[in-house]
Amino acid sequence: MREDLARFPVLHGLTARQRAEVAGVAHEVSFPARRRIFDEGENARSCWLIRSGQVALDTDVPGRGPVIVQTLGPGDVLGWSWLVSPRRWHFGAVTLQPVNAVELDATRLRELADADPALGYQLALGLFEAVLSRLQSTRARLLDVYGSPRAR
Amino acid sequence: MRADPMLPTPYRVAERVVETHDSATLRLEPVGTALSGARPGQFCMLYARGIGEVAISISDAQPGGSLVHTIRDVGAVSRALHDAGAGTTLGARGPFGTNWGLESAAGHDLVIVAGGVGLAPLRPVVLGALARRGDYGRVVLIAGARGPDEFLYRDQLAQWATGDDIEVERTIDRPTSGWDGPVGFVTEPLARLSVRPDRTIAFVCGPEPMMRYSANVLIDKGVPAGDIRVSLERNMQCGVALCGHCQLGPLLVCRDGPVVDYATAGPLLTVREV
Repeated sequence: MREDLARFPVLHGLTARQRAEVAGVAHEVSFPARRRIFDEGENARSCWLIRSGQVALDTDVPGRGPVIVQTLGPGDVLGWSWLVSPRRWHFGAVTLQPVNAVELDATRLRELADADPALGYQLALGLFEAVLSRLQSTRARLLDVYGSPRAR
Repeated sequence: MRADPMLPTPYRVAERVVETHDSATLRLEPVGTALSGARPGQFCMLYARGIGEVAISISDAQPGGSLVHTIRDVGAVSRALHDAGAGTTLGARGPFGTNWGLESAAGHDLVIVAGGVGLAPLRPVVLGALARRGDYGRVVLIAGARGPDEFLYRDQLAQWATGDDIEVERTIDRPTSGWDGPVGFVTEPLARLSVRPDRTIAFVCGPEPMMRYSANVLIDKGVPAGDIRVSLERNMQCGVALCGHCQLGPLLVCRDGPVVDYATAGPLLTVREV
């Protein structure tokens, strides 16, 4: 598991010892396709590091049903609402394909970070990098660069 | 003898295929003498009689002097070209500019990143790589579009995606009901991709911000800027580096481009008003 965790960008900044501690709160999980992992508004108690497969983040829009806002794939982290209050999911997550992932117990992960600020700092940096990357992609989509010049 | 580069050569629309709500592909047959030597990445100046002329990239390599161009209706001239039905006579000058240089990428992995109609000039790269599949390592195509109905060459993309010769990822910016594929900007699947930076040549085409962001992801992965080839779009008019309308810093894009490596193009694309 320790070696496996080293492959995820979100944990790149951790030392081998710190990754070993994180491995202690992790276990492997698999989901079939079309399995809902969590719903919008539920308590955020875990996060997942995706090894394989694809997960969609979605939200329910009246008249349209669940609308996918973004998809995640291998190497991505699923779920960061566990880090800050109110620790509830802002979007739902459903698998589009069979997914294999590492699930981290968020409560124990926060305890590790509280007990070892150096670990917590690196973990926060890794998560911030993921958040920044996703924010930049979202901004790029907001530019609507493929839209017709006639419509502008 | 090569035709006068300023004189349009007559071509007749032999086939028109509707790609999306605002894009169509024309197969053009020469009425008389054909333009020769078109290479993937180059462009022709297509002339709609009495309306005007615009630069359109070559979107398929055809034997016998035929030209294939995919045209998006974005203005008066492109609308006339886009709407041209079978039998319409158009004018063509060219081919002009630099090409993708696919042959020089032999022995490398190819990462092809296309955004929107940027897939049009890249299609011959894919077709060329598939035609000489053994010459290349891994071949990856990441294609982005606004929505599922806005991908060019949808049947061809679907066919490529089912084979083993090329890895295809289609991703859309705007989620719609009924789409269960990837949703995200092209930089997202690109960021997930494991590449061998010293063995990778990237081909990127699309709106300029999309090319900048994609090049940045590739550079972060260690791919040298000189191994990232982008296709630039500027106001091409003469096509032969005389008029200066397409100037981009030290480049005249009609002659020194449209295909330029990112080590050259990158610094120019971040300078305002250049």
